[in-house]
Amino acid sequence: MSVRLQEASFDPGAETNAFLTASAGAGAAVTFTGLVRSRPDDPVSTLTLESYPELAEAQIGKAIAEAVVRFGLIKATVIHRYGRLAVGEPIVQVMTLAPHRQAAFDGASFLMDYLKTDAPFWKKELTPEGERWVEAKPEDDDARAKWNK
Amino acid sequence: MKIRYFAWLRERLNRGEEEVTPPAEVVTVGDLIQWLRDRDEAADLAMQKPSLIKAALDTEIVPHSTPIANAKVVALFPPMTGG
Repeated sequence: MSVRLQEASFDPGAETNAFLTASAGAGAAVTFTGLVRSRPDDPVSTLTLESYPELAEAQIGKAIAEAVVRFGLIKATVIHRYGRLAVGEPIVQVMTLAPHRQAAFDGASFLMDYLKTDAPFWKKELTPEGERWVEAKPEDDDARAKWNK
Repeated sequence: MKIRYFAWLRERLNRGEEEVTPPAEVVTVGDLIQWLRDRDEAADLAMQKPSLIKAALDTEIVPHSTPIANAKVVALFPPMTGG
């Protein structure tokens, strides 16, 4: 179980390989990587993530502990960045290890839904029109709430 | 106690943290938010929709009804947008 918060970029492939190498005979691993988005109709040049690191570590640690128990995960790792990020750079990577695929998928999905609404990070986008704070999306709250059922 | 502000709340208040000594009648997080609004026009404007302000006591996120009790750090911030 681990949480890593860092300003520096990371190599998603290398992180995945290291995670898989330590899989110790588990049957299923899921990796999700979130990247800085920019679309032609909504261009973004950089993304800045503000964080409250002490609270983030506590919150993500709690989420991992819950995911492990709830889905029977063997292991879960969350890497989350803060600071200034360029388009296409990785922001977050969630990796789960379980005996079977459904638990690994569900665990990763749960952790991502949790990170969107309950981990203290705030995104600010720099666009051609200036800077703007990203607003929390109701659909992210809905996605998080479905795990409470 | 120390209050820390994040994201647009920090920007609108033009400060990331401050030391405050609220009076005894400020019991809950909600009371604290109201007290901060009453003493400062910028805070009043920035927190006029209390539903948009989330709070953490030390390293735990709590609802506004939670007593502040002996928290060393109270963090106030907008809804989170991580992941």
